[in-house]
Amino acid sequence: MEDFIQHLINGVSLGSIYALIALGYTMVYGILQLINFAHSEVYMLGAFAAYYTAIGLGRALGADLEPGIVFFGIVLIVAMAACGVAGLTIERFAYRPLRQAPKLNTLITAIGVSLFLQYTGQVIFGADPKSFPTVLEDRSLVSSGGIDLRLFDVTILLTGVAFMSGLHYLIHRTKTGKAMRAVSTNRQVASLMGINTDKIISMTFLIGSSLAGVGSVLVGMKYPQIDPLMGLFFGLKAFVAAVLGGIGNLAGAVLGGIIMGLSEEMVVAYLSSTYRDALAFGLLIVILVFRPAGLLGKWQTEKV
Amino acid sequence: MSETILDVKDLNVKYGAIHALKGVSFTVAKGEVVSLIGANGAGKTTTLRAISGMLPYAGSVSFRGESLKGVPAHDLIGRGICHSPEGRGVFPNLTVMENIELGAYTRKDRDGIAADIEHCFRLFPRLEERVKQAAGTLSGGEQQMLAMSRALMGRPRLLMLDEPSLGLAPLIVAQIFEIVKKINSEGTTVLLVEQNARMALKISHRAYVVETGKITLSGTGQDLLNDHRVIESYLGA
Ligand SMILES: Nc1ncnc2c1ncn2[C@@H]1O[C@H](COP(=O)(O)OP(=O)(O)OP(=O)(O)O)[C@@H](O)[C@H]1O
Ligand SMILES: [Mg+2]
Repeated sequence: MEDFIQHLINGVSLGSIYALIALGYTMVYGILQLINFAHSEVYMLGAFAAYYTAIGLGRALGADLEPGIVFFGIVLIVAMAACGVAGLTIERFAYRPLRQAPKLNTLITAIGVSLFLQYTGQVIFGADPKSFPTVLEDRSLVSSGGIDLRLFDVTILLTGVAFMSGLHYLIHRTKTGKAMRAVSTNRQVASLMGINTDKIISMTFLIGSSLAGVGSVLVGMKYPQIDPLMGLFFGLKAFVAAVLGGIGNLAGAVLGGIIMGLSEEMVVAYLSSTYRDALAFGLLIVILVFRPAGLLGKWQTEKV
Repeated sequence: MSETILDVKDLNVKYGAIHALKGVSFTVAKGEVVSLIGANGAGKTTTLRAISGMLPYAGSVSFRGESLKGVPAHDLIGRGICHSPEGRGVFPNLTVMENIELGAYTRKDRDGIAADIEHCFRLFPRLEERVKQAAGTLSGGEQQMLAMSRALMGRPRLLMLDEPSLGLAPLIVAQIFEIVKKINSEGTTVLLVEQNARMALKISHRAYVVETGKITLSGTGQDLLNDHRVIESYLGA
């Protein structure tokens, strides 16, 4: 039983990272009906931005900058900014010129951008994994009866909840959020309201990408190894999480992320770690067969 | 008649190989209700979409003396043109209030916005009872009222309405046209696109008949109501 609760904690913590990244997929899909395959590479770039910032700050400040909430905060902001800029750039130069083109063209472009960044990443950062510097020291917060509540998991959870609540507020309570929902429902009519739809689409990429930046720091912290192909599997699983919840649906992305994190943790704990990555694809197949619109999605034909 | 505010000259639009507008010209003067009437596929919607910057076109469109060519759709509202599109185009997942507020997206005068929302509720009391409801759950007539309210929230100098009567019961249609008349009497110029020629002509100062991408007849609403060609083709027996 203690074991199970421990796995539950780990699973939800991992799940909230998937959720943060799944949100980016789902937001872009909601507004452009595009599966932004490059999103997983934006996440990878965030991890490297965080890595170099942490290394650089460590060198420059030495012992003056202890691992802790300030260090974590700085790295988080840099990663978010880096991802935001990366997302904006990709949208502006790869997707916007194809706005009137058939969706398949944009989809193929997205795959192209994704591959381009994977290989460019290997050239620039080197293909070998790098170990992520300690920006926050993990420690046990509560330890009793075989259950160990650790600082990392609490940090991950709180960070996830904070950003997801922020996003919820933005989407449902602000004028920009209202415009985002309008553009995702009907771009042409939205423009008749005086909404500059290109700006709103950029904003969507900016926000979704910076959430991936948050995810990348949390991953770097908890599983301290990063490499230019790290987005491949992690991003794919986050994507499956988005599909599981119902792509285009924000609450669905969060739910899908948590389910993905939990089931991965449980599979590894009670079956075998061999199935860790197979699980995502297994889930994908099951959803596609039984509930193609996802748990919270509405079925709509011809979307990709 | 007073000054011309909308001047459309030799408008040509092609959708690929389809030449949808073949030189449409017309004017709208300040304070008027002007209708474009015509059958399915005549090019009425295309005309409004071109004016709104949603389609590339040849020819010229000028509004209050300035060319609208190349002006993106989202800048039209700032110049005083609000377009309520064909099929209403309400945002179904947003509430009635959110839809109305989006009509005022470009405005910053909170008090003015609040006053205009009140004004919409006076025109369409049924909307006020449904402010928190998702727009997609409204009846067709209520959605049309919402679409018109939303367009009014942009404080238009020129209100363009594309088939407000589409798919509505006769009683509601009569109400909607009454309100168009009222909006006009309060000072808003209206460009109305309709298949319901009889109702449209009754409230129009002037009207144009559009047939396969061309204007074939024009005149005052009253003249066209009595024109035998209009009677035969558009008013039934
Ligand atoms: N997106 C499009 N692609 C290709 N052809 C189009 C498109 N939109 C309209 N057309 C064609 O252009 C012509 C004019 O269409 P338009 O929608 O302007 O007609 P309308 O007068 O508004 O008709 P209705 O009263 O049925 O709404 C039609 O022949 C139509 O098939
Ligand atoms: Mg039409």
